[in-house]
Amino acid sequence: MTDPLSPPPKKDPQKRTRVPALPSGMRSRAALGLAVAAAEGRFMLQGCEACGALQYPPRDACSTCLSVDLKWRDVEPTGQLIAETTVRTSTSVYFRERTPWRVGSVKLDAGPSVMAHVHGDVAREAAVRLINRLDKSGQGVFFALPVDGSANMADDPQLRELTADPKFRRVLITDARNENSVALAKAFADAGATTIFVGEPEGWRPYPHRAALAAIANVAIVPLDVTDTQSVTELAGEIGGKTDILVNNARFIRPGGIMDRGDTVFARDEFETNVLGLMRLAQAFGPPMRNRGADGVNSAAAWVNILSVYAYANMPAYGVFSASNAAALSLSQCLRAEMAPGGVRVLNVYTGPTEDEWHQPLPPPKVAPSALARSVVAGLKDGLEDVYVGDVAKDLIERWRQGPKLLEREMIAEAGEAR
Amino acid sequence: MNAVDIKSADLLAQMAGAIASGSIEVVDLTHTLDQDFPVIILPPEFGQCARFRMEEISAYDHRGPAWKWHNISLCEHTGTHFDAPSHWISGRDIPNGNVDEIPVDRFVGPVCVIDCSAGARQNEDFELTPEIILDWEKSHGPIPADSWVLMRTDWSKRRGAHYLNMRDDGPHSPGPTPDAIRLLVEERGIRGFGTETVGTDAGQGMHYTPPYPAHFILHGAGRYGLQCLNNLDRLPPTGAVIVATPLKIKKGTGSPLRVIALVPGKDA
Ligand SMILES: [Zn+2]
Repeated sequence: MTDPLSPPPKKDPQKRTRVPALPSGMRSRAALGLAVAAAEGRFMLQGCEACGALQYPPRDACSTCLSVDLKWRDVEPTGQLIAETTVRTSTSVYFRERTPWRVGSVKLDAGPSVMAHVHGDVAREAAVRLINRLDKSGQGVFFALPVDGSANMADDPQLRELTADPKFRRVLITDARNENSVALAKAFADAGATTIFVGEPEGWRPYPHRAALAAIANVAIVPLDVTDTQSVTELAGEIGGKTDILVNNARFIRPGGIMDRGDTVFARDEFETNVLGLMRLAQAFGPPMRNRGADGVNSAAAWVNILSVYAYANMPAYGVFSASNAAALSLSQCLRAEMAPGGVRVLNVYTGPTEDEWHQPLPPPKVAPSALARSVVAGLKDGLEDVYVGDVAKDLIERWRQGPKLLEREMIAEAGEAR
Repeated sequence: MNAVDIKSADLLAQMAGAIASGSIEVVDLTHTLDQDFPVIILPPEFGQCARFRMEEISAYDHRGPAWKWHNISLCEHTGTHFDAPSHWISGRDIPNGNVDEIPVDRFVGPVCVIDCSAGARQNEDFELTPEIILDWEKSHGPIPADSWVLMRTDWSKRRGAHYLNMRDDGPHSPGPTPDAIRLLVEERGIRGFGTETVGTDAGQGMHYTPPYPAHFILHGAGRYGLQCLNNLDRLPPTGAVIVATPLKIKKGTGSPLRVIALVPGKDA
């Protein structure tokens, strides 16, 4: 079993916060395919369309037949640890600060042998289950787990480097007024977060679930309005240095596209909250989080955006809301690049229509707040970068991958049928 | 120069002197424009009043080395503000009904203050009725034509959620009955009506006939409104003059503004 993680001691104010070091990041374009799969937590290998061979490491051509027709395939993630070593010294600053570090070679049941980081509870020559995860540099790396799990498995220090587990971390949920704030706060409390700050805009008007929110263990309701720069700056001044996970659930949504709205008033609100709100938060909380990417057990670990999957393809019935989410998606990519030096993950959780007042006339399926909250926490525990919640979002991203233009035509046709 | 000119010049000089010496007190009836100051809340499917917002352009830094300034954004009806006749459907065809068209002499005038603070302390839905107005006149004389009438409730001292006082059936705050507003507008011929609450109407004003009687009747008759006023407890029942000059917004239906009162001192 793994030694259970201890709650981190209070920070020594005389100690300098470690500058985040990163594992080496330069990989080939072919190797980035691993990162693409790891972003969603998929275990994939390159497969040759010509001869059928699976290969590792990734290359530009098939090592068996030299074909360049290679496609990434989901592969059964089981195998056996055939060789292992514990690194005790390294020229890499990142590994030097984290030794001892277990690495090994795993013979996959699917064929190839692969290099993997190895969990402390995996016995020599044992059967293992592999996962593909992003490391602090954003590279896809394999990690070998005990095949049946182990006690406190998630607390393994090597595994925790690859995840953004909320356990013993301090979370900021940005919008208490959003109907999903209660489910989110509960999910983080259950996951062992030590403090759950929940930002409350406009404390001068009541909202129904405030008492339920305040009753959750470890919740602290704090003033925050993502449309108000001063409010964001003030809160970041207070808690920016102890925000380990930020979940931006602030959202402004109204139905309607361009011509059925006679003005740009709601559009402005949508962009103020959904786009500039994200930017204000990132300007205020981004720098302290990026600086604390290697700050021990409760280092800054992740930034979560909850986005509409219609960021990928406009849903005309919610056309302007979709547009604001497309802009937010683009900003999130910029944020990923800017957070990268700190090793802080940016997790985008995409959802279709949600179970709330603004989607009330829409038929099911709709994503319930509890399902969204589960996906956010699971995505953090798995260290993911992209999560699609619910059938609508999963279906839409699949169609987008098959062809963005085809999806666009389908969205237009569906809007026509709805009329 | 004729005698009247000399007299008014003397008057102004005396006034300036009295303000300088403090024998005429200048009282600020305005709340600070603050991001967190409540605005009126409508059902969410309707358009909403923009909150006051402020973005720094530069602050003696690389964005502008020697100067600091902000972009601000807000609604015409955010914070302490003026309502022009064109704000309401009943006043849509009133000539000169927009803030930029109102003759500037309308922005300076005498004010009567009806103290409803004791009643509002007891009852958050306290109503200003014709009886209360007539009773006030017994003590202070008839309300002069073309004067401002302000309803003092001390509501401006409330903070946070107590200000809108919003509940499941909407906000609860004091205001005038339709008959009270009719008396003031149709019989007394007032210039405008002002309150310390977020609107000139009671929180539950939508349930009167007509709904929102202060807005409907005042603006239908070409009169003005002032709301979110502050410090009304520092005004005498009669004898003060207020200066309320909205921004000159083209076709504007209202405007945030600084409202000040000139109040006779104790020695006057
Ligand atoms: Zn091949």
